[in-house]
Amino acid sequence: MNARAESGPAISARNLTRRFGKLTAVDHVSLDIPRASIYGFLGPNGSGKSTTIRMLCGLLRPSEGECTVLGHPVAREAEKLRLKIGYMTQRFSLWEDLTVQENLDFIGRIFGLDGQVRAARIAERLRQYHLEDRRGQRAGTMSGGQKQRLALAAATLHEPELLLLDEPTSAVDPQSRRDFWESLFELVDRGTTILVSTHYMDEAERCHGLAILDRGRLVAEGSPRRLMDSIDAIVIEIEADDVRGARRALDGEDFVKSVAQLGNRLHALLDPQRTDPEGSIRALLEKQGVQGKVERVRASLEDVFVAATRFTADDEAALAGRASARQAVHAGESG
Amino acid sequence: MSRIFAIATKEIRQLRRDRLTFGMIVGIPLLQMLLFGYAINFDVRGLSAAVVDEARTSMSRALIADMQASGVVRVSEYDASIGDLRRSLRSGEVSIGVYIPADFERRRLDGDRPLAQLLVDGSEPTIENIARAFVAMPLPKRAGVYQASRQVFEVRTEYNPEKRTAVQIVPALIGVILTMTMTMFTAVAIVRERERGNLELLITTPASPLELMLGKLVPYVFIGLIQTTLVLLLGVLLFHVPINGSLWAFYLAALLFIAATLTLGLIASTLAETQMQAFQMSIFVLLPSILLSGFVFPFDGMPPVARWIAQLLPLTHFVELVRGIVLRGAGLAELQVPIYKLLAFTAVALTVVTLRFHKRLD
Repeated sequence: MNARAESGPAISARNLTRRFGKLTAVDHVSLDIPRASIYGFLGPNGSGKSTTIRMLCGLLRPSEGECTVLGHPVAREAEKLRLKIGYMTQRFSLWEDLTVQENLDFIGRIFGLDGQVRAARIAERLRQYHLEDRRGQRAGTMSGGQKQRLALAAATLHEPELLLLDEPTSAVDPQSRRDFWESLFELVDRGTTILVSTHYMDEAERCHGLAILDRGRLVAEGSPRRLMDSIDAIVIEIEADDVRGARRALDGEDFVKSVAQLGNRLHALLDPQRTDPEGSIRALLEKQGVQGKVERVRASLEDVFVAATRFTADDEAALAGRASARQAVHAGESG
Repeated sequence: MSRIFAIATKEIRQLRRDRLTFGMIVGIPLLQMLLFGYAINFDVRGLSAAVVDEARTSMSRALIADMQASGVVRVSEYDASIGDLRRSLRSGEVSIGVYIPADFERRRLDGDRPLAQLLVDGSEPTIENIARAFVAMPLPKRAGVYQASRQVFEVRTEYNPEKRTAVQIVPALIGVILTMTMTMFTAVAIVRERERGNLELLITTPASPLELMLGKLVPYVFIGLIQTTLVLLLGVLLFHVPINGSLWAFYLAALLFIAATLTLGLIASTLAETQMQAFQMSIFVLLPSILLSGFVFPFDGMPPVARWIAQLLPLTHFVELVRGIVLRGAGLAELQVPIYKLLAFTAVALTVVTLRFHKRLD
């Protein structure tokens, strides 16, 4: 691993665009991803995460724009990249009717690892990802978490400089997700660059850098901390006995951009230009006759996500589409 | 090379675990063999014929004209000797030989022997029947040529003297079975990987399209050879099919044909998106193959369009090859034309496939 020694970003994309017929899946995305870090793509389903990743590894040709990965222009040198990148597809794409050992052996051969090296590498991965006692089991009979560890073992078998992980944890329980992220940090320690797409907030928060994608566009970018500090909204939390009443009190107010209920609290995003936000909210509650405690709080990553995706909306249809996507994000966070 | 080996190994492992497909490898030949071997008999017209006229009298020419007028045969060549005629018959250029001996005039006057001989290619199912019908058919009576009760022709069936349908069917049946299984297996094998998402992973590996394709095909070549052997063995044991030609020539023909059908399956796999579609496409190839290849009906009776389509089907050329080798004992040198046609088919199909198969999803 000499990734650290090399200069320049691991991935550099300029105006990357991909259209499928009339639909623009990825819309002029430009980004630079530094080496030896975990970079996350956060976005609802259909926001262009997978399409972007597929363009970065040469599976799809961009309609416009270009990208350079590990110093290779993808359009011309996709084949040279194959040995340097590991790609974990969204769906489990190893062979369910082959055993763990057979799958890894096949991938090792395909990547040209010779007998001894291959055997040693497979043994190492089996140990690392706790698959030693699954060696002879068919992949199809394993649990989501086990499959995902196998997929990661396969994707890292040839020690790639760059790992592209497309929603790697979508079929995995919380404990397995935690373990999985531990292994990702271990890889980064050894110099690997990792690009991971997710719709889980807790996962996004673990990334060094983050890009929020919405309908194919890059709507926010930076480290999770910086994104939370520089959110373009005021975050208010309201604790009330009559939460539903409080919610009705905020309905229809222009400066209230978004309201979400968390148990007996309400979490509201307000227009950043609003003066005395706490006072305005208290006034609204009083008018409805609702008792409550109003407090300005730090933005969470979810607030950043909601602010970035909702505030950029410019048509009704898109709003409707994203409502369901946000539910997916909520569901993810509670999972 | 090691990648091709890796892909082939994986494919065999998967096949061994896929009981249904594995069962079909043996089941399809067995079933078809019994079906066609025991249950089917055939009947047709417009056969190409070679004529050796040693008499060269106005009467012998009149006889040939009458034969042609019947519509059952079409004289496509005149040979100098019975040896040339047999060669044409063996290479499959003609299905029927008409031999008019030098003493035709004397036979005509004597009236106790048949006037001429029909040499029939017994390796094709329907021709034998036609010849029989031909003999029974009354030719227009020309004054003084042949008398009413006189038998004009004596029929000699070459290569299949007992005139058994199974003997005619079995060698060509190998081709039908291979068309069915080879096309289907390869098409399904690749489409299945696409459906299950394996292909997305495979194409991000350093394996080249050609390595992917060849690795996929190699196991099926062996399966094809196993099926070929199985059918041939059953044919010999159950139906006493004679193997008149060389076994090497036979296996070489089988290999050429397997290669052609496998590439056909690959083309299907680049077109189909689901296993069901791949399956349908293989049926789409199978039907015209059975009907137009000469397996069932001789070409001579087909309209030009059907013959033209038949030329595009690998089975057509294989049927020609295998009947020549197994039944007529022809050597490869005599069967160069179908060999080159099969090779050309494979080359063109493989080019089409590699052009169509990209290591991309779009």
